[in-house]
Amino acid sequence: MYIIVVGGGKVGYYLTKTLLNEGHEVLLIERDLAKVDVYSERFGSVVVSGDGAEASVLAAAGAARADVCIAVTGDDEDNLVVCQMAKQKFHVGRTIARVNNPKNEHLFKLLGVDVTVSQTNHILNLIEQAIPERAFVHLLSLKHAGITIIEATIPEDAAIVGKSIENIQFPVDCVIAAILRGPEVIVPSGATTIVPGDEVIAVTHHDQEDELRRLLVNA
Amino acid sequence: MKVVIMGCSRSGARVASSLDHNGHDVTVIDTNPAAFLRLTNEFAGNTIIGTGIDEDVLRSADIERADAFIAITNSDNRNIMAAQVAQRIFRVPEVIARIYDPVREDTYRRLGITTVCPTTMVSAQIMDYVIGTIDPLRQRNTREG
Repeated sequence: MYIIVVGGGKVGYYLTKTLLNEGHEVLLIERDLAKVDVYSERFGSVVVSGDGAEASVLAAAGAARADVCIAVTGDDEDNLVVCQMAKQKFHVGRTIARVNNPKNEHLFKLLGVDVTVSQTNHILNLIEQAIPERAFVHLLSLKHAGITIIEATIPEDAAIVGKSIENIQFPVDCVIAAILRGPEVIVPSGATTIVPGDEVIAVTHHDQEDELRRLLVNA
Repeated sequence: MKVVIMGCSRSGARVASSLDHNGHDVTVIDTNPAAFLRLTNEFAGNTIIGTGIDEDVLRSADIERADAFIAITNSDNRNIMAAQVAQRIFRVPEVIARIYDPVREDTYRRLGITTVCPTTMVSAQIMDYVIGTIDPLRQRNTREG
């Protein structure tokens, strides 16, 4: 695959290195000439200097035959415009943008960026999972499918304690995938009864997440 | 008319001051509070410190009720992004962005943003002056010859 990476910060540098090792054809576009010199010594002639949002730079980089364009600068506005230019002018099939402000993920999708990666959100999620007292935790979001996998620890006073799964009114588009009870992993059936302390792993649509949270942890 | 302006640049401040002078409801956003010094002393509109590519900042400028949004910072990409936020998220009826790069200007004009490109405007005006001075000279020379 031919992949254009825009932005030679830490992310761009290690991304380029990894993609090259995997055998892809990669071109890294970076504004800072000093960085271009250093990277060229390490990677060879796969680094060019320039503004990746500039059409002439993208054209010279061969954007028209690129399979993927990945924008990973530290500025959201630059990443957005790089992806939009790649798509609008060069019809690059897949554009990927790093999103620094997590709030921009939704916007970038709306504006035609194929994939967004939010470091901030990833770090927040990891920290969230590492804090043991949290009753309701995101495990994974499958953005393109609009699905989230969550883990909830059932408190003593939850309304669903003592009820069997078939008698609980779950929101639509929610499925209980597993229940962790001490060392035991239970694949639930309709007859499985919820007890306090159960760690419930559920798959839910984004829109139903809040409703599911209220049901499982009363919050 | 309610107008939100992002970027208290020289042009931004001038537009803001004129609109305010003409009785419009103007809010100016800039990351640098010192930039507001460019506004005229008579300026009676609102100023907000922050970046217009942040939805919350735009909301605090009451963009939901704005009739027009003008993105006129010194960064093309920031103007482009803010203009699209105003257009697609807040549905502002008139969205104007200053874009220095003529290629980018052309691309985003096609996407429905009203764009102003100083590069093409200035070069066109200079060309007018150059050709305007050369042509009469030529005519004079021809006449004299």
